[in-house]
Amino acid sequence: MNQMTALEKDVETQKTKIAAKNVNVYYGESHAIKDVNVEIEDNTVTAFIGPSGCGKSTFLRCLNRMNDTIDICRVTGDIEIDGEDIYDSRVDPVQLRAKVGMVFQKPNPFPKSIYDNVAYGPRIHGLAANKAELDEIVEKSLRRGAIWDEVKDRLDAPGTGLSGGQQQRLCIARAVATEPEVLLMDEPCSALDPIATAQIEELIDELRDSYSVVIVTHSMQQAARVSQKTAFFHLGNLVEFGATGQIFTNPEDPRTESYITGRIG
Amino acid sequence: MTDTRQNPANNKGGSLLQHSARTRKRNAAERRFRAYGIAAISVGLLMLCVLVTTIVGRGTGAFQQTFVTLEVELLESKLDKSGTRDIDAIKKVTTFGYAPIIRAAVEAKVAELGIDSPLKAKEMAGILSKDAAATLREFVIANPDQIGETVEFRFLASSRVDGYMKGRVSRDSIANDKSISPEQLDLVDALVSAGVVEKTFNLAFITGADASDARPEAAGMGVSMLGSLFMMLVVLALALPIGVAASIYLEEFAPKNWLTDIIEVNISNLAAVPSIVFGILGLAVFINYMHLPMSAPLVGGLVLTLMTLPTVIISTRAALKAVPPSIRDAALGVGASRMQAVFHHVLPLAAPGILTGTIIGLAQALGETAPLLLIGMVGFIASNAPETIADGLLSPNSAMPAQIYEWAKRADPAFYERAWGGIIILLIFLVTMNTVAVILRRRFERRW
Ligand SMILES: Nc1ncnc2c1ncn2[C@@H]1O[C@H](COP(=O)(O)OP(=O)(O)O)[C@@H](O)[C@H]1O
Ligand SMILES: [Mg+2]
Repeated sequence: MNQMTALEKDVETQKTKIAAKNVNVYYGESHAIKDVNVEIEDNTVTAFIGPSGCGKSTFLRCLNRMNDTIDICRVTGDIEIDGEDIYDSRVDPVQLRAKVGMVFQKPNPFPKSIYDNVAYGPRIHGLAANKAELDEIVEKSLRRGAIWDEVKDRLDAPGTGLSGGQQQRLCIARAVATEPEVLLMDEPCSALDPIATAQIEELIDELRDSYSVVIVTHSMQQAARVSQKTAFFHLGNLVEFGATGQIFTNPEDPRTESYITGRIG
Repeated sequence: MTDTRQNPANNKGGSLLQHSARTRKRNAAERRFRAYGIAAISVGLLMLCVLVTTIVGRGTGAFQQTFVTLEVELLESKLDKSGTRDIDAIKKVTTFGYAPIIRAAVEAKVAELGIDSPLKAKEMAGILSKDAAATLREFVIANPDQIGETVEFRFLASSRVDGYMKGRVSRDSIANDKSISPEQLDLVDALVSAGVVEKTFNLAFITGADASDARPEAAGMGVSMLGSLFMMLVVLALALPIGVAASIYLEEFAPKNWLTDIIEVNISNLAAVPSIVFGILGLAVFINYMHLPMSAPLVGGLVLTLMTLPTVIISTRAALKAVPPSIRDAALGVGASRMQAVFHHVLPLAAPGILTGTIIGLAQALGETAPLLLIGMVGFIASNAPETIADGLLSPNSAMPAQIYEWAKRADPAFYERAWGGIIILLIFLVTMNTVAVILRRRFERRW
C-alpha cells in the first residue's frame, strides 16, 4: 500500500476514548514528554510516529501507568479514559492495566504452555467460573489473535517454542483475553520478518472493530497502512496529530514534513 | 603502530595459501595462550589428585577396625548374685565387675587354641579395648535372661593392636609404650592366624559417638553428624525464608535510594566477614545475652544462619536479576500486581538459582568450624541419638568439622587416623550437595 490508499481511508469520527491534557513526563531531571494534548478515539487505530528517543514509548506507557514501575519517572497532567482520570489516587493501576492491555516490542510469552499464557489473565481476574469457560475464553482469544489454527493441536506446548511472529500473535491473544477496552502496542513488529509483520498488521485492522488501538511504530509505511489517526512526536513534543491521510500527504508542520520525506529520523 | 604497515594482516596481493607474518605471529600467540591455560588446569588437577589420594590414603583406615571374637560365659555369680534377675541389681555391677569375666574369656580362648604365652590373664585382656567391658555390660542389661549362658562377642581390639594390624604401630615404635608389650603382639599374631583377631569394616565409625582419649578405637562420627544435621535444619529453616524474602523485597519492591544502597553494600560486606566474627557474635548474643544453652545445635545453627544469609541473599538476587524484565512487563501488562508477577512468574523461574545458592550456602555452613569452636560445639558427647527434635536442637552436641578438629588435636595417632576418616565423610556430604546443586542448575537452566 502507498500513500494514495492512506488518503482514501474513511475518517469517520468516533467517540473519544482517551483524552490527555497537558501531560508532562520527567525521568529524574530529564523532561521526556512536554505538554502533550491528544484525544484518542474508540474503534480507531492511532499511530505514534517519530524519531527514536522522541518519547513515543514513554507516552504510550503513561496510558496504562506502566511508567509507575520506573522509580525516577514522574507524570503530571490529566489522562482520562472514558472521562475518568487514570492518575486519580483512587485508581488502582493493576485494575487499570486489565482494562488497557499492552503488547510489547519484543514478543514476551511466559515460559509456560500456550494455553496457560492466554489463560493467565482471565485466571487472575476471575473471568472464568470453570474450566469450560476458561477453554472458551482461550479459544476465542487465540482466534482473535489469528493464531488459533496454528496452535489448536498443541496448546500444551511451550509458548516460547513458537516462531517470533506466532509469539507476538500469542501475546496479542494474551492481551485480549482479559477483555481490555484499549490495546497499546509498542513497535509490535520491529522484531518480526515482513510476512509476520503483514499478518500482525492485518490482525490490528480487525482488532479495531472491538478496541481502541494505539500503536507505536518507527515505520511510516506501517503507520500509513494500519492507522486512521497519526500523532507525530519530536523531542518530547506532539508536533502534529490528525487523520493519517492528512499527515502523510499534507502535513502542516515543517518538522513533520521533513520526517516524512526522510530528512529527520 | 609501524609494524601494522610492515606486516599487513590481509597480506595484500599475497596468496591466501601462505600465512602472512602477522598471521603466524597471531597463531603462535594463540597456541601459547592455550598452553598456559592447559598448564594452569593441569596444576589444579594435580593438586586435586594429591589432595584426594592423601585423604583417601590416610582416611580409609578409619573405616576398618580390628575385632576380637570371644565366647564369654556370663557368670551368674558375678553379674547377679541374688539370682533374681532384678534389673536394678544388675545395673549396680560396674564395668569393673565385668573385667574378670572378660579376662577369663581371653584366657580360655588362648588355652583352647593351645597358644603358649608368658602373659598373665590381665595382660592378655589388655589387647582388648577398654570399651569391651562397657559393651558387655550394655548387653547384659539389655538381655538379663542371657545371664548364665555363654555368648559370642566381637570386642574392639585396643587402638595399639588396631594400629599394629594397620601397620601404624610396629615393634620398634612400642619400645617406650606402656600400653602394649612385644609379648602381647606375639599373642595377637597367634590369634590372627587362628582367626580370632581380624580387621573388618567398622560401621560404628559412621554411626557411633565420640569416645574418651583412652579409647580411640571406639570413637565415631555418628553423633556429630546428627549435630550437623540439626544445625543444617536450623539454617535451612531460617536462612532460606529470610534470605529469599529479603532478596525479593530488595530486588523487586524496594525503591532505589541511598538507604537500599547502604543495605546492599552491607550485605556484600557481610559475605566477606570472617566466620569467627559470627562465632564471637553468637557467643555474646545467643549465649551470654539470650542465655541459650552452650554447645547446642540450635545456637550453632543460628550462628551459621547469620553466616549463610548473605550468600543466600546474593545468589537469590542474582537469580532474580537473571529473569528477563520482559517477563515482569508481560505479567504487569495483563493486569497482574507486582506481587502476582513475582510469585507467579519470576520466582518459579528463579527457583533453581535460589536452590543452587542455598545448597552451596548450606555446604559452606556444613564445613564451617571456627564459629562452632567459639560457642563450644566441641563438647565430648558420648550419648546417642536424641529422643525428640527439640532434644536434638537443645542438648549439647558437636558437629562434623568440630569433631574432626577435636580428633586432630588429640595426641594419639589413632585419633589422627579418625580425623582423616571424618574428613572423607564430610567431603562425601559436600560433594553430594554440590552435585545436587549442579544438577539442579543444569536441569532448570534458562527455560525462557
Ligand atoms: N527508564 C528510563 N529512564 C530514564 N530515561 C528514559 C527511560 N526510558 C526512556 N528514557 C528517555 O526518555 C526519552 C524518550 O524515550 P522513549 O519513550 O523510549 O522514546 P521512543 O520510544 O520514542 O524511542 C529518551 O530520551 C530516553 O532516553
Ligand atoms: Mg520506544
